[in-house]
Amino acid sequence: MFIVNAPVEKIIELDNQIFLIKIYCPEIAQSVQPGQFVNVRVSETIYPLLRRPFSVCDVEGDFFYLMFNIYGEGTKILAGKHFGDTIDILGPLGKGFNYEDTYETAIITAGGLGAAPFPFLIKAIGKKKNIFTFIGGKTYRDVITHGMTNISMSTDDGSLGFKGNVVQLLQANMEMLNSSKIKIFACGPNAMLRNLKEFCIKFNFECEASTECAMACGFGICQGCPIESTNNKDQYLLVCKDGPVFNVRDVVI
Amino acid sequence: MNKVDLSVQVGPLKFRNPILLASGTVGYGNEVSEFIDLNTIGGIVTKSLSLKPRKGNPPQRILETPSGMLNAIGLTNVGVELFIKEKIPFLKKFDVPIICNIAASTIDEYVECTRILTHEDSIKAFEINVSCPNVKEGGLQFGNNISAVGKITRKVKAATGKPVIIKLSPNSSYISEFAQVVKDEGGDAVSAINTLVGTAFDIYTRKPKIHNVTAGLSGPAIKPVALAKVLEIRQKVDIPIIGIGGIMTWKDIIEFMIAGASAIQIGTLNFINPAASTEILKLIHEYCIKMGIDKISQLTGSYNI
Repeated sequence: MFIVNAPVEKIIELDNQIFLIKIYCPEIAQSVQPGQFVNVRVSETIYPLLRRPFSVCDVEGDFFYLMFNIYGEGTKILAGKHFGDTIDILGPLGKGFNYEDTYETAIITAGGLGAAPFPFLIKAIGKKKNIFTFIGGKTYRDVITHGMTNISMSTDDGSLGFKGNVVQLLQANMEMLNSSKIKIFACGPNAMLRNLKEFCIKFNFECEASTECAMACGFGICQGCPIESTNNKDQYLLVCKDGPVFNVRDVVI
Repeated sequence: MNKVDLSVQVGPLKFRNPILLASGTVGYGNEVSEFIDLNTIGGIVTKSLSLKPRKGNPPQRILETPSGMLNAIGLTNVGVELFIKEKIPFLKKFDVPIICNIAASTIDEYVECTRILTHEDSIKAFEINVSCPNVKEGGLQFGNNISAVGKITRKVKAATGKPVIIKLSPNSSYISEFAQVVKDEGGDAVSAINTLVGTAFDIYTRKPKIHNVTAGLSGPAIKPVALAKVLEIRQKVDIPIIGIGGIMTWKDIIEFMIAGASAIQIGTLNFINPAASTEILKLIHEYCIKMGIDKISQLTGSYNI
């Protein structure tokens, strides 16, 4: 874990008001694993007060990228950063994806901004496995394809790709899913992850999902981000420290 | 002159400097030790401990508010037994006084926890949490009841020879009346303040944003309230005060000491910058040199009203 005042290299606006911020930070770029996150203090003032957690979206040498949309005060400030500004980063935090085990095909499943951790994961898996990506959104505006590969898309309103949610899209592709030993890597809204967990249990697929919860510190001291464990009812797990990536069978989503 | 005596005395307790890390914002020390040398801070107050482990409240537990945050953790903790077995050995590696914060549902539970923990050498004092706003039993049910606070102080003091600090609630009309009963019953100091009770709603669903509905407000938003409570105690009761509430900078610490605090606790700031206390100490030192202060304890209650 590092606390670094890191220089901003640039802000890139993708389509649909999704932003990438490129940050120079060798300490984090060289140690972060796909699925881990950083906690960003967007301003030195007391409003906004807390850091904002973001999955690391991608890594290039000594640089890393975060993906975000303008959601509140914090992300508004972040989008206004320029080359030469510095931002205060705490990380890398949490546990990332286990992408090196024995599966043959990686199925990336993302809903909306849940696309954020996958460019990095896809790069890390590289040519070692087959990769297919399933991306869902409410409308075509919410489908983020940046850094993805072998893409299938779904939208709730049918404005792009398959009409329905991304889990229904997966189901429609069951033939392909059955064809080899697969592992699903997912990130997206809780409703999507709940559906996906049910789907994975029904068809006996391995699945790891990156979860989300409001948090203050990001490293385990505030105890603000509990997630119910399926293995131990007496104790919550923490999204920041035990996750954010969990085997979907280990947590109640 | 470049040597300032930063040590402070809080009743019978001596700290190498006035900066303590507040309960619930430093866990049991291990996470924060990755960012700061624990040997450089005044002391650590542990996460509230209860007799048995507590799971805490379901999410959502945390919400940011303007210049503050609401939390309703619900006293999640490992319980006294595991604390002794698993957490104390780590804390023992450091030369830093450990203050053990205790939360309980009954007066007997406070006493029992203290009785067990008092045998641990590395625990230098107890801070009794009678003011947690986020649990149904214990907490504020005691903290807003003067006779209960008096009884808890008396009984806990009887269970230990170590100093007992009572952490007071700001959610009462006159905090000094509570400080007075702590003094009358033999308490060694008070910590002021715990969080203020607050809440927030989602205007579209009309549901509370925090699962527990109400939560404790902390952060810089509450600093003026905390300062006024410290001042009130200082002016009315002769008891050492540990000031807490929204400290973000070295200036805030000086302000708390001027208002009457002998030492202070950093809380919410630990979530944002867990390395803050080391940086702050340096700046306090510079302030003292600039102001010609050779002992920082001279600041306590030095207001000019």
